[in-house]
Amino acid sequence: MQDYTLKEMMAVVAAREIHNGDIIFCGTGISMLAAMAAKNISAPDCVIFFETGAIDSLLEEVPLAVADSRVMYRTALNGGLAEAFGTMQNRFTGKRVVGILGAAQIDRFGNLNSTVLGDYDHPAVRFSGSGGANDVASFVSRTIIFMKHEKRKFVRQLDYLTSPGWLDGPDGRKNAGLSGGGPSAVITDMAVMRFDEQSREMFLAECYPGISVESVQENMGFAVDCSRAVEAQPPTGRELEILRNRCDPQRLILG
Amino acid sequence: MEKEAGKLLELKEAVARFVFDGAHISIGGFTLNRNPMAAVYEIIRQGRRDLHLYAHSNGQAVDELVGAGCVRRLEIAYGGTGRFAPTCIRFRKAVQAGMIQVEDYSNYQMTLRFMAGAMGVPFLPCRSGLGSDLIHHWGFSEDLRKTESRLPDEKMVVMDNPFGSWGETAKVVLVPAITTDVTIIHVQKADALGNARIAGLSFADVEQAKSAEHLIVTCEELVSTDEMKADPDRNCIPFFCVDAVVHVPHGAYPTACYGYYDYDPAYLKQFADYTRDDPAYETYLQDYILRIDDHESFLEKIGSETLGDIEADPETGYANNLDRR
Repeated sequence: MQDYTLKEMMAVVAAREIHNGDIIFCGTGISMLAAMAAKNISAPDCVIFFETGAIDSLLEEVPLAVADSRVMYRTALNGGLAEAFGTMQNRFTGKRVVGILGAAQIDRFGNLNSTVLGDYDHPAVRFSGSGGANDVASFVSRTIIFMKHEKRKFVRQLDYLTSPGWLDGPDGRKNAGLSGGGPSAVITDMAVMRFDEQSREMFLAECYPGISVESVQENMGFAVDCSRAVEAQPPTGRELEILRNRCDPQRLILG
Repeated sequence: MEKEAGKLLELKEAVARFVFDGAHISIGGFTLNRNPMAAVYEIIRQGRRDLHLYAHSNGQAVDELVGAGCVRRLEIAYGGTGRFAPTCIRFRKAVQAGMIQVEDYSNYQMTLRFMAGAMGVPFLPCRSGLGSDLIHHWGFSEDLRKTESRLPDEKMVVMDNPFGSWGETAKVVLVPAITTDVTIIHVQKADALGNARIAGLSFADVEQAKSAEHLIVTCEELVSTDEMKADPDRNCIPFFCVDAVVHVPHGAYPTACYGYYDYDPAYLKQFADYTRDDPAYETYLQDYILRIDDHESFLEKIGSETLGDIEADPETGYANNLDRR
């Protein structure tokens, strides 16, 4: 019996993707927790940064939105949206920014939909929309994507392309006029996917302990290469201790 | 000289004077912080209709205005209030029912659009949107754009970099300026002339404020011009941009106002519950907005105990260890 939840696993796996010196763009929810975990566990010199303009937030308490006053406490600077997105679009600072995103749908090239299900003009389901996600996905050096591992979310064809991944393959971003890097990892409640250096297609990199390759594939709407899959390292006692007691003691995001 | 004197107004008067049916309007703040909620509730009470609302991620204010039926068209980047409503629920319902027309942009694009309005240029370039459906899918049709003089003919325009490869950029996306009839922002401090000071993140409030023909500033504290001019480095908006100054303590409640109070988690959660079905939402509208005279009465209904619980710690700017579950 494992002694951690899948949300804890996801936060820890994402935190391990973050390195000292990275400037982390955080969205709402688990991405904030991942950044807090990275800062407290493995990358104390990463910079937590919000599209609202907060730069190098201390985060004594977990914020519940990117405009939460908790992101404003003991920052290097409290600016605004123009400054934050400028930092990401900037040809020098943008290279250091790692974006963490989530979405309602993802395709095999890591393109994301967070706008609508169904026809755009008469949507079956309306979501929040891009917010800063399109900007982040367009500008920064790499993105980490959180997804729930469900067939309806891993789709062959997005209903709406909100945020660009690798678009239609190796030259997709270049042809569209985008610079910057694309998605580097998709972290789900079952597995970690990465993108092939040549084809830019998603492949299964790691399955969480106790989860089979077959069950990962069964919960996706398209086939992925599973030949490179290994078992993911479970969270260590120290990682869990910091995540639970330091990052989210009220379990506002961990649930 | 009309922008120089006599600007100190009651909220009812400011809204009645500057927010008219069909107005193009933008609202300051971001998701659950520093939304000018007192003004939003007053707009709802005065029954304004057919508003053309511009927003980046102004969650709570947008959802309340949409929910109350004030909005006809919405240009927006994000309709959500963080954990309390990852997608604003009345916004979602209104779009799905076809009750409002929506045009989607990204947050940076909306920011640049306000900035272009503030700067007096017709558009600004960016590198957002390339390869995405933000460019290809238009919420406002070509026909509507041609017949409506307040809308640009194109949603946005992709063009080759006119300076060749200068800036290592092959293509740019041009986004059209926004100029509003009225913008409303809530700030921590202002004087009677309209000099205004925002503490904490300014979001895109300054750009929004300056893209407006008329600007209403609601403030937590009304202070003397002498106090504002003693520390000008902290001031964000000069008096001549402002048409109305309204002193409304807790004017952002139930959203937060950095340094003064936190968002009210109980209210936002209750709001999310009310929004889920129409009869419950009608009850909310009646009990919390329409049958309430003004913001003071609203705050009395909320109660001093709740307001005490969310009072900001002077050091952190928020309510430490507030129960937010």
